[in-house]
Amino acid sequence: MKVGVVTFPGSLDDRDAARAVRIVGGEAVALWHGDADLRGVDAVVLPGGFSYGDYLRCGAIARFAPVMTAVIERAQQGMPVLGICNGFQILCESHLLPGALIRNDHRKFLCRDQELVVESVATSWTSGYQSGQHIVVPLKNGEGGFVASEDTLDRIEGEGRVVVRYVGDNPNGSYRAIAGVANERGNVVGLMPHPEHAVEELTGPSTDGLGFFSSLLRAAVNA
Amino acid sequence: MTVTVDTVKDAETTPEVQQRYRELGLKDDEYARIRDILGRRPTSSELAMYSVMWSEHCSYKSSKVHLKQFGEKAPETDALLVGIGENAGVVDIGGGWAVTFKIESHNHPSYVEPYQGAATGVGGIVRDIMSMGARPIAVMDPLRFGPADAPDTRRVLPGIVAGVGGYGNCLGLPNVGGEVVFDESYAGNPLVNALCVGVLRAEDIKLAHASGTGNLVVLFGARTGGDGIGGVSVLASETFDDDKPTKRPAVQVGDPFAEKVLIECCLEIFAADLVVGIQDLGGAGLSCATSELASNGDGGMHVWLDRVPLRDATLRPEEILMSESQERMCAVVAPDKLDAFLAICDKWDVTATVIGEVDDSKRLTIEWRGEVIVDVPPRTVAHDGPVYERPFARPAWQDALQADTGRDLARPGDGDELRDTVLRLAASPNLASKAWVTDQYDRYVLGNTVLAQPADAGVVRVDEQTGRGVAVATDGNGRYGKLDPYAGAQLALSEAYRNVAVTGARPLAVTDCLNFGSPEDPDVMWQFAEATRGLADACLELGVPVTGGNVSFYNQTGDVAIHPTPVVGVLGVTADVSRRTPMTPAAGQVLLLLGTTRDELGGSEWAHVVHGHLGGLPPQPDLVAEMRLADVLVAACERGIVAAAHDVSDGGVAQCLVEMAVTGRVGVRVDVAEVAADPFVALFSESVARVVVAVEQPYVEQVLGLAREHGTPVTRLGTVGGDALEVAGQLSIPVEQLRAASEATLPALFG
Repeated sequence: MKVGVVTFPGSLDDRDAARAVRIVGGEAVALWHGDADLRGVDAVVLPGGFSYGDYLRCGAIARFAPVMTAVIERAQQGMPVLGICNGFQILCESHLLPGALIRNDHRKFLCRDQELVVESVATSWTSGYQSGQHIVVPLKNGEGGFVASEDTLDRIEGEGRVVVRYVGDNPNGSYRAIAGVANERGNVVGLMPHPEHAVEELTGPSTDGLGFFSSLLRAAVNA
Repeated sequence: MTVTVDTVKDAETTPEVQQRYRELGLKDDEYARIRDILGRRPTSSELAMYSVMWSEHCSYKSSKVHLKQFGEKAPETDALLVGIGENAGVVDIGGGWAVTFKIESHNHPSYVEPYQGAATGVGGIVRDIMSMGARPIAVMDPLRFGPADAPDTRRVLPGIVAGVGGYGNCLGLPNVGGEVVFDESYAGNPLVNALCVGVLRAEDIKLAHASGTGNLVVLFGARTGGDGIGGVSVLASETFDDDKPTKRPAVQVGDPFAEKVLIECCLEIFAADLVVGIQDLGGAGLSCATSELASNGDGGMHVWLDRVPLRDATLRPEEILMSESQERMCAVVAPDKLDAFLAICDKWDVTATVIGEVDDSKRLTIEWRGEVIVDVPPRTVAHDGPVYERPFARPAWQDALQADTGRDLARPGDGDELRDTVLRLAASPNLASKAWVTDQYDRYVLGNTVLAQPADAGVVRVDEQTGRGVAVATDGNGRYGKLDPYAGAQLALSEAYRNVAVTGARPLAVTDCLNFGSPEDPDVMWQFAEATRGLADACLELGVPVTGGNVSFYNQTGDVAIHPTPVVGVLGVTADVSRRTPMTPAAGQVLLLLGTTRDELGGSEWAHVVHGHLGGLPPQPDLVAEMRLADVLVAACERGIVAAAHDVSDGGVAQCLVEMAVTGRVGVRVDVAEVAADPFVALFSESVARVVVAVEQPYVEQVLGLAREHGTPVTRLGTVGGDALEVAGQLSIPVEQLRAASEATLPALFG
């Protein structure tokens, strides 16, 4: 399976996302922000970082990159897309996912090992987890507060689209402790924590993040 | 608008013009020497260049005579590929890999403008590493502040930490260690040191050379603006006095996004082998880059200064030459590779401009709108600056300070008092958890961080196939330095060396950031002379060469200098990072103390926290014992017989056990009767060359044998288990209570 990893100017975790794809047996394909060609990939990861410096609003410029035109179009047709951290922000700015990400309520960048509960396994990226499973993956951002209107929050909760939720003290003021959400179809997932940093015992707090990438590949095999 | 420019022609015809060289920081004799070199008065542009390049910060004029010991006393080693003098030293770590690392200071800018000062400190050291042709892979930031509860600390610390994080996080470089130290001596003079590590294939080293007549000088990266003008000469080479105007405009402003793009752009350029030489633009900006490139090359260089892309079109040539605008690099490119070079810059949206050409004139000539404004022998600017033999003498107060041993300070007399002392130290700002700081740094990015703070050393994987990697630690103790600067420097090196060995890596090389007061004060100069002598002697004995570093003088307010604070970084190599020894023990393991404990509490954390006392002598350095201990730790790691290890330093065995218990989330039960007769000494002495190791029962005999083989004394301390720190017959403290005490301090102070 070919999984594209987009590099925007200012992307930081693109190599890490590609490594995670390779570890679960996928083929990582580098995609360039200025290139609308998705090079025949079956899925796309939008990695963490500070695309274009994020000097406007996080993800607000990246959303207009040529590559995003193609990603948005294919996502609407059902191609799996995972947005991690800045990637999540880009997906919200692209209106592929509801809500927005704002500055952490404590106003500081926060890097820590974060416990999460996987609430929805009905997505392309989490089908390999058990519903209610607790996982630990790194969280690292300055603007990770998930916000949305009460109506939207009620709707996505009702539709089972909260994919992961923070366990314990809320690290950034996210409404209802939401760490990640999916679109209606479940092919597009965005989350602030970094599963690609929890794929090796040696370098991560756990290997709990592998599930995001293996879910995708397993679904492809079973399809 | 007409701008009058002082040309070489003008200088020749108007020798009588009065030049305001003193305002640029030049002394009378230095100015006279410039006139001598040129055979005429300098133009204002030449004066600008000489003033910044001959500043203390750039020329090392006060420190040079002492620093040369690092070369003269350098131990023999095959590991050093590039030594002192280049942007950063390069060390062979085997497997075809080379590593470059360097530490620098950004103290003065960080006091004036904490966020930008600290941010650009990170940016500057990262560009130094890139200018060796390396990919930066990790950073570390040793930070020192005034008392934790001082109002000014509350002003500078949050900004400095946010600046380090804001810039480093945005570059995608993991921050894997460093220090946070509080001491009255740094009030008004915070120390912001920044270290960067980079990797490259050994055959790909790039040097700051402009060779080959006809090759082109390309300036690329950010446009040049008015920020940081005179930052070097005006800021870093003077002390802060209340009666001078604000220096805020002299601090540079950083754009980490521009630097991130510049990194990726440089790496692509290196991979395509498109440069002959490369130089970063840091302190002294274009003055430094052009004069150093030309001076290190084999000919001369001509520069069209009016081609430099500007952020502010009104800048004068002198200002362009002195500007310290960040995120700029200068490359020497062969004409046939220029198009490929520019194409890569274009891909990354990096502005690149040919501003000059290498020639065979042996001169650096700079032209502005058709007029020659600089015509100098480049070496006289870059390398032949003044050299001072500053007077130095052992301070009159030194003997009294050392005689004030603190022997009569009240020591805890029973278990309850020991218990209170353990808790008090664990919660003291210097020993408390630094998570409030380090949680603001990304330690995960790049996916190769194997150990990071609070581990003794940061360990980073270099080769994903073989697992080859490096360990880096920085240490320094200003109190030890104050009591005995010769020993203080050796103790800083010993601790960093030990911290690298604790992880199982073999220490290889050293970088140092020498933070001192004013070199014009003979007391300070003596401290500097003693510290450099101590460090050079110890490097020779330990077999680890100094590969580069930085001197920061003038860290003082009025007559009061900071403690002499050499911060020493040691880099080690490990063939397989998966074998690294962590600091976290697990229940059931046996705890052993390696090394000898003496009654050494001079300059200790206990004396500082409990009595606010500084006097006597610091612990005695023991370099032979350090080497033996390192041999034991490295061999034990290779054999896989040690489960966890943690260095004993500030706060002694007590604090070492607290940290192991808290990070391992497990209790320890120990008996310190065999460590020293007095349980207080056993728990709080800061004797060197000691490490606590946790060993699975079946391996205990092997570890004991290994230690015996290397002549390292071993004391059985006890076992890991339960949920309290228990010292037999003395005290018991729940780990949860220790954790709470340790973790509450910094958040309570800084929010």
